[in-house]
Amino acid sequence: MALKMVKGSIDRMFDKNLQDLVRGIRNHKEDEAKYISQCIDEIKQELKQDNIAVKANAVCKLTYLQMLGYDISWAAFNIIEVMSASKFTFKRIGYLAASQCFHEGTDVIMLTTNQIRKDLSSPNQYDTGVALTGLSCFVTPDLARDLANDIMTLMSHTKPYIRKKAVLIMYKVFLKYPESLRPAFPRLKEKLEDPDPGVQSAAVNVICELARRNPKNYLSLAPLFFKLMTSSTNNWVLIKIIKLFGALTPLEPRLGKKLIEPLTNLIHSTSAMSLLYECVNTVIAVLISLSSGMPNHSASIQLCVQKLRILIEDSDQNLKYLGLLAMSKILKTHPKSVQSHKDLILQCLDDKDESIRLRALDLLYGMVSKKNLMEIVKKLMIHVDKAEGTTYRDELLTKIIDICSQSNYQYITNFEWYISILVELTRLEGTRHGHLIAAQMLDVAIRVKAIRKFAVSQMAMLLDNAHLIASNTQRNGICEVLYAAAWICGEFSEHLEEANQTLEAMLRPKVTTLPGHIQAVYVQNMVKLYASILQQKEQSGEKEAAQEITQLMIERLPQFVQSADLEVQERASCILQLIKYIQKLQVKEVPVAEEVIALFAGELNPVAPKAQKKVPVPEGLDLDAWINEPPSDSESEDEKPKTIFHDEEQRHSRHRQPEIDEEELARRREARKQEQANNPFYIKSSPSPQKRYQDTPGVEHIPVVQIDLSVPLKVPGMPMSDQYVKLEEERRHKQKLEKDKKKKKQKKEKRGKHHRHNSLHTESEEDIAPAHHVDIITEEMPENALPSDEDDKDPNDPYKALDIDLDKPLADSEKLPVQRHRNVETLKSPDSEAPLVEKKSKKPKKKEKKHKEKERDKGKKKEKEKKGEDLDFWLSTAPPPASTTQPQSEPEVGAAVVAEPQEVKEEREEREEEDDEGKKSSKHKKKKHKKEKEEKSKDKKKSKKKSHHSEEETTESVQNGTLDDEPLPPMSSYRLLAENPYIKMTYDIQGNLQNDSQVTVSVIFENKSTSFLKSMELNVLDSLNTKMLRPEGSSVHDGIPVPFQLPPGISNEAQFVFTLQSIVMAQKLKGTLSFIVKNDEGSTHEKLDFKLHFSCASYLITTPCYSDAFAKLLESGDLHMSSIKVDGISISFQHLLAKICFHHHFSVVERVDSCASMYSRSIQGHHVCLLVKKGENSVSIDGKCNDSTLLSNLLDEMKETLSKC
Amino acid sequence: MINAILVFNNHGKPRLVRFYQHLAEEVQQQIIRETFHLVLKRDDHICNFLECGSLFGGSDYKLIYRHYATLYFVFCVDSSESELGILDLIQVFVETLDKCFENVCELDLIFHMDKVHHILQEVVIGGMVLETNMNEIVAQVEAQSKLEKVEGLVVTGRSRRQGGLSAAPSRAVSAVKNINLPEIPRNINIGDINIKVPNLSQFM
Repeated sequence: MALKMVKGSIDRMFDKNLQDLVRGIRNHKEDEAKYISQCIDEIKQELKQDNIAVKANAVCKLTYLQMLGYDISWAAFNIIEVMSASKFTFKRIGYLAASQCFHEGTDVIMLTTNQIRKDLSSPNQYDTGVALTGLSCFVTPDLARDLANDIMTLMSHTKPYIRKKAVLIMYKVFLKYPESLRPAFPRLKEKLEDPDPGVQSAAVNVICELARRNPKNYLSLAPLFFKLMTSSTNNWVLIKIIKLFGALTPLEPRLGKKLIEPLTNLIHSTSAMSLLYECVNTVIAVLISLSSGMPNHSASIQLCVQKLRILIEDSDQNLKYLGLLAMSKILKTHPKSVQSHKDLILQCLDDKDESIRLRALDLLYGMVSKKNLMEIVKKLMIHVDKAEGTTYRDELLTKIIDICSQSNYQYITNFEWYISILVELTRLEGTRHGHLIAAQMLDVAIRVKAIRKFAVSQMAMLLDNAHLIASNTQRNGICEVLYAAAWICGEFSEHLEEANQTLEAMLRPKVTTLPGHIQAVYVQNMVKLYASILQQKEQSGEKEAAQEITQLMIERLPQFVQSADLEVQERASCILQLIKYIQKLQVKEVPVAEEVIALFAGELNPVAPKAQKKVPVPEGLDLDAWINEPPSDSESEDEKPKTIFHDEEQRHSRHRQPEIDEEELARRREARKQEQANNPFYIKSSPSPQKRYQDTPGVEHIPVVQIDLSVPLKVPGMPMSDQYVKLEEERRHKQKLEKDKKKKKQKKEKRGKHHRHNSLHTESEEDIAPAHHVDIITEEMPENALPSDEDDKDPNDPYKALDIDLDKPLADSEKLPVQRHRNVETLKSPDSEAPLVEKKSKKPKKKEKKHKEKERDKGKKKEKEKKGEDLDFWLSTAPPPASTTQPQSEPEVGAAVVAEPQEVKEEREEREEEDDEGKKSSKHKKKKHKKEKEEKSKDKKKSKKKSHHSEEETTESVQNGTLDDEPLPPMSSYRLLAENPYIKMTYDIQGNLQNDSQVTVSVIFENKSTSFLKSMELNVLDSLNTKMLRPEGSSVHDGIPVPFQLPPGISNEAQFVFTLQSIVMAQKLKGTLSFIVKNDEGSTHEKLDFKLHFSCASYLITTPCYSDAFAKLLESGDLHMSSIKVDGISISFQHLLAKICFHHHFSVVERVDSCASMYSRSIQGHHVCLLVKKGENSVSIDGKCNDSTLLSNLLDEMKETLSKC
Repeated sequence: MINAILVFNNHGKPRLVRFYQHLAEEVQQQIIRETFHLVLKRDDHICNFLECGSLFGGSDYKLIYRHYATLYFVFCVDSSESELGILDLIQVFVETLDKCFENVCELDLIFHMDKVHHILQEVVIGGMVLETNMNEIVAQVEAQSKLEKVEGLVVTGRSRRQGGLSAAPSRAVSAVKNINLPEIPRNINIGDINIKVPNLSQFM
């Protein structure tokens, strides 16, 4: 008692810790929710306290509650508080909570950036570790962008513990911020060879994840991975690498060839099952990629199958399962080698483990042949009977149907057997797949003419026994088969022997308990039956019998007229009236049968499911054109941000208003088609069968089915498929005997005669003659059907963004954003700051740097070429072609210039150097040697190229490439602004992606005098459209001080931001620079007027664009077009493109010969697409852009640039 | 990639929930329930793989689980992971827990969910396998516990009777309680309670 009191008071007094909370919840089992809500209230109180320890404790408890399903996002801010605690203990609690509940939608997450950065750079490795761990769970695109550089730095941390974490997190960063992949990749690659195995493993892990999504970009790493594979002993790493190779081999068959040997070695040597299994998997992938059937690989297949057999036979269920899984992969390309293990797989069907049975079923699907189909299906039917649990049984059922119907019933030799199987399946209770069986019945009956008679008799039997099937309507969908039965009996009623009886069966009162759509089919097909009976009776002159049948219809039909189902009712009442009319005529003794039967005349042809889709759009019909002009909604459009996606969305929504969108249309079309396919009332396309036959001569050519009389047509009673199996065996036996006889005869003949063409017959597939001469009517397609053009690619795939070429050298703009201090003067968003700060360095230095970078780029490029060559070399098994014998003639060098201009240039430089520096013989020799080497490599390259051409048709196109494979003249984007004896100003304008209404003008001020220039102030006369951004509070007439002074001969750069509204036109702004010139004589006030020219090109931002996106853009059709032509162009196409790229901020999308497509984007999101073609002496440029004014202005500017060439 | 790691007991009560993609709490609970029902149906002697990726919203996903005494350890992974490798990883994780808790049982997981998370974070981060070497994992976990212990000592200024790794976090918190005491508007003898706190927990 006393204890309880103490406990109570303590409860109130002290904060519960996690253990107390758990204990409390366990003690309040009956009112857990209430207790927890109490606890949450307490926690809320605790969170209000200042003490960080209390807060941490509260957050820890929240994390537990989150696991129980309570939303704790309301405490996000408190979690951040705990994350920023200085103590590791609390920090860890905070990060744990954050990792459990933060996500991209958490708004306070942006507050964490600096805290995380601080933790990442903490001297305590565990602070860093905890931050990395947390970040891995909740990294957002913003965090990824802001922290990418910090994490990349950590990849080279001294502690392997941090390195490996940082490497793994990088993958998450790539996913959220794909731009970081290229800058970070070299370092990631470096980590593959980290001394610490953990870091190495992490790097392998990340690259495998990346490569799995976009394997082609990682092919060049194959040699490195190959080395790792042969050297590493870590099974984890090996498994990852081997899996990666599995993804790479389909792209490069040569790689596969190289892999086979080490992999088979591993298979033989390893004791780790996991590794063995992955090796087998990859070998299979290799074999698939080499499907061209190399004879010496059959050994590898055998090895794989053997090993898999061992796995499947293992008592460990896991191995069994995986063995079957891998087996199914082999099956696709090498069915024969799997089929020999049929026994084993059939055994697995008896396994107690459902997953294994399902796997075995999958395998069976691929293993059937004409020979074993009946046997396998028989086995499955036994399993269907035995199976407990409807899911597995349903699975079996669908598998049986899949197996039999695959590739157009390829393996079915006896359709009577198949129909019997289907009928047997209808006896399954509680299956959901009635409609599937029904669809099969309809399909077979329609498409296999020979079987119709049999099918009809079976269906009549089903209709007769409908009460058995329909008895449990509520529970199952098996009554769907009655739909098929009724339709088949009606449509092919001429084959019915006891039509009267069937008609009566269909008119039973019990039928009204069936679902409406089945009744509707019943009603309609009754009439077909009725019509054929009528005809029969009339022809045989049994007038009374005819009237009787009419009377029967009139008596029974009213039960359908009363149906609650609209369609049944409608059809029934229609037909009732019709029959009443017929009765009247019959009384008058008018023959009516011919006319009634004419209602249902016509042959049915199956229509391919895709037929409708394939109908080509007639010429001149624009499905997207407006029927009525749309209501104008242009006002709202201008305000919306103009990005690709938005534009597209808008377009979609516009379409949606008057029409239904395409998807919906397709769905409806599909539904209608389905209906038409299943609905016999739709397919009457021609009035009489004769005419129909004339129309389609093809139908007549279909061979009329002859039924093999060795199979009795009727099996008494309900069909038993087993009997067919026996019959089939007998039949085959007979066939074999006959064949043997023939053979003997042949042999006898042969003895007398010379050997004729004679092949030893083993019983192969082809030998089994089908029981029926079956013709399966192929599905109809419309004339000039379009080729299929399905595009399954998911545009929302997050991994698509990571499809980035990693071998391309890094561009300047690709640096990861680095955190800098905010510059208050230049009112900028932090993102645009980084490049600006760089630019502030002095100009000459910058130039130098640029030059250096170019050099480096070149170096990289070369390196890359070398690497590409390395890969080729590494992969090629043939020895490199001998090159020494080739004469080094002049034209050859010319050819090389085209192929490898860079090398040639360097060579030339070298030569020049030699000339300059005199002729030291030793050096000369060395150089010569080098040159020779280069020549050699060139030759090799050429031969490589040729082989490439034969293997894969590579068009000589440059994709998104920076055009630096030809030496370019130096270009500067800085133009002269104004000049006087004291100062020279040059300027460049650049758009700002982050802000669609700002451009940055960088002005370089160069002091030309010997005096000191200071107090420079730049002022511009704003126009309505364009204004200079001034510090807050200053008036429009104030100038902006230039933030530096200029000693004599020095230049420096300052930046000014301008805001503008419209960017479709070029603008000019007048301005003045005022400054004080100070020299020994004193100081004077000077002024310099200038005109700032904003060209349209300055509003463009060089944006790379991939060719598929580019094509899509052009197709979209909402771009305006315009073109120009400039004559008298003498510079090379290369230079031309470079000029356009440089001065007009375009990027090359694709280049083929003397034709290139280019792309750029304005700061306000206009897309500008160009097609540049070079003729003999002229260049034509076709442009497309969202805005016609902008386009024409741009083209004018381009014309000007080009005419200067 | 590992998509989720779930630990629950034979009755489906969650003991550790770690999703590597964001899902709302209700969805998480739904997935735990459904996974539990799927796994529960399965005999102990059948294979440890389950193809039910639809549960997690991707056809590529596979469930790989192990059943230890009263607990199920379920990993949901995509096709880039080796099935047998993940089975080994589960074993490594459980053995690590065993080492860190000294004969781990369900109760350890119940009362020290935070610690289990910290251990897991040394094995898997962000859905990727960080470390598979048990000794390395244990070393890192212990080093961090030691760090906590040092911090705890700084706060309390004195050591307690309780020892062992698992005591560290709770000690830190109970130390905080002492500091807070003067602020509590109650007329209670501070000295008495201080003595009783450690004892009480044994009765509850």
